[in-house]
Amino acid sequence: MPKTKRAHDLTDLSSLAKCPTGIQGLDEITNGGLPRGRPTLVCGAAGCGKTMLAMEFVLRGALTYGEPGVVMAFEENAKEFATNFASLGYNLNALVAKKKIILDNVSIERSEIEETGEYDLEGLFVRLGHAIDTIGAKRVVLDTIEALFAGFSNISILRAELRRLFRWLKDRGMTAIITGERGEGTLTRHGLEEYVADCVIVLDHRVDQQTSTRRMRILKYRGTAHGTNEYPFLIDEEGITVLPVTSVGLAHAVSEKRVSSGIPRLDSMLGRKGYYQGSSVLVSGTSGTGKSSVAAAFAHAACERGERCLIFAFEESPHQIIRNMRSIGYDLGQWVKNGRLKIHATRPSYSGLETHLARMHKQIAEFKPAVVVIDPITNFIAVGQEDEVKAMLMRLIDMLKTQDITTLFTNLTRGVQLEHTDAAISSLMDTWILLRDIETAGERNRGIYVLKSRGMAHSNQIREFILTSRGIELRDVSLLGGGFYVGTSRVEKESQERAAEVARKLELARAEQAIRRKKVLLEGQIAALKVELDSEEDNYRRLLSEQANHARRDALDLAELAEARKSDSARRKTEG
Amino acid sequence: MNQKTVEQTEAEQWNLRLYVAGQTPRSVAAFANLKKICEEHLKGQYTIEVIDLLKNPILAKGDQILAIPTLVRKLPRPVRKIIGDLSNTERVLVGLDLRPM
Repeated sequence: MPKTKRAHDLTDLSSLAKCPTGIQGLDEITNGGLPRGRPTLVCGAAGCGKTMLAMEFVLRGALTYGEPGVVMAFEENAKEFATNFASLGYNLNALVAKKKIILDNVSIERSEIEETGEYDLEGLFVRLGHAIDTIGAKRVVLDTIEALFAGFSNISILRAELRRLFRWLKDRGMTAIITGERGEGTLTRHGLEEYVADCVIVLDHRVDQQTSTRRMRILKYRGTAHGTNEYPFLIDEEGITVLPVTSVGLAHAVSEKRVSSGIPRLDSMLGRKGYYQGSSVLVSGTSGTGKSSVAAAFAHAACERGERCLIFAFEESPHQIIRNMRSIGYDLGQWVKNGRLKIHATRPSYSGLETHLARMHKQIAEFKPAVVVIDPITNFIAVGQEDEVKAMLMRLIDMLKTQDITTLFTNLTRGVQLEHTDAAISSLMDTWILLRDIETAGERNRGIYVLKSRGMAHSNQIREFILTSRGIELRDVSLLGGGFYVGTSRVEKESQERAAEVARKLELARAEQAIRRKKVLLEGQIAALKVELDSEEDNYRRLLSEQANHARRDALDLAELAEARKSDSARRKTEG
Repeated sequence: MNQKTVEQTEAEQWNLRLYVAGQTPRSVAAFANLKKICEEHLKGQYTIEVIDLLKNPILAKGDQILAIPTLVRKLPRPVRKIIGDLSNTERVLVGLDLRPM
């Protein structure tokens, strides 16, 4: 946008100051709040929450941002305001006494008024101006100014004065909320949107299949990029919470860290370390396979690590969960007591999908867990259509991932088509663990395996899944002899194996002993033979030396004889 | 609608309040018109109080004043409100529930 200098009464699109409302989520979807110093139109049918929104705007302004506010309540809305304040736990009178809020009740009785010529609405300006000056207000609410149309019949005067009023509010730098009732085919019954052109918010309250959902939409916000979607919101004892549907999509950072599933052998099936932090895990299986137990193990492990865990339970009550999990060795009660674990239980049919989402979002924002369990998500399909559920889950998972929260979902599948109903949502999940029944040899056992786990080398083996009083244990299935054994047949097979092993060991020991004996025997024989050889060698040597002696004596004897005989040959030899 | 006889109208004291916001031409005209009507129909038995909201803004709340000028008949009861510059005498009389003489 070109930042040229313009006359000051033209909207400067490049720098629009914002007025934070303090309402959960609203400041996010408006990128900072309502336009500062401008009027915002909030319209919707009766009971949509317009008055509530306007009131919370003023309340938060006064308490959180130090901006006093003036409320001009037309018709009977004055009572409504006081009640709204009380429902949030705030005492209106106290706030008025502290000069933080002024609530001016304007009543217009048509029957009382006779119009006898030209007039204007300066009285309204005087009242409003006086109220603003008295407390130094920065925020103004006019609820609902369309009441003027009921009281005064001269439309052209009214229109002119309304135009003047909004200019007047702008000149005074008031950030105002104007409420208007939804018209037939028009935004408001009397066309307020003509005058309030800077920002328009539409509230909607739909009842669909017996559940009601509240939605908010920013129809128009001049000068700001805003989300154009409908945002679900809810109203409770803390006021309005808007769920900012993250349109950031897939831009969240990922972690390399791993978290344990709480079941050591399962961790080793998941690349030896467990789930990725911030990932989404789906545990699905037929009825009674132990999905909630896997979830509980995960929660328990997180709490043991000192992290906070939030469980959204849609089938069982918190007490039931704690009792059931204690029987398999996971004491969740202790974590609830010391505040690390929070179990929030409700029925899916209690409210619409968006409301559930908004509530979960709010709980997560308040409790700030590291780990979230949603058990089960099955029933949501009962509440909404499959693609609606998928959309909702997508939003939820996006939100969780941006906060680096590891989440575990459980889902009930209906038997035969084990992996079909999950198909819609499994694409949103990083890890998918299946629990299944294995029927063999007249009994049913449970098996667990990792169907997929993005980003890691995971095991493709089925392990037997056993719930013991010390927690969940995974045992290898027996694959001996080309068969597949679980449960008691595995136990049998294992004991057979052990017996066979023992037999083999014995056999080995025996063989070893035999060899040893043989060795000793042979060694003895060798020793004997050696001794024989030695003696024969001795003999031979003796004979040799005797022979040598003989030969020498013979030679000597011959020489002596020759001497004695005075043999010529000998003499000649010696002389020669 | 109260049916007043001439005798009753003569006996009662009329208490009228004219709300204005500063000395605008319209307010001045309204006052002039009011004076004229009162002299004509309520001679001797009326009081007019002019309240300038610019000087006393708080007073706008009590009588729930929005339009300017506004004429409020405080007495006799019931309270009647007439807005405008009072140029339409007919309507003023109807509004004040006075019978034109």
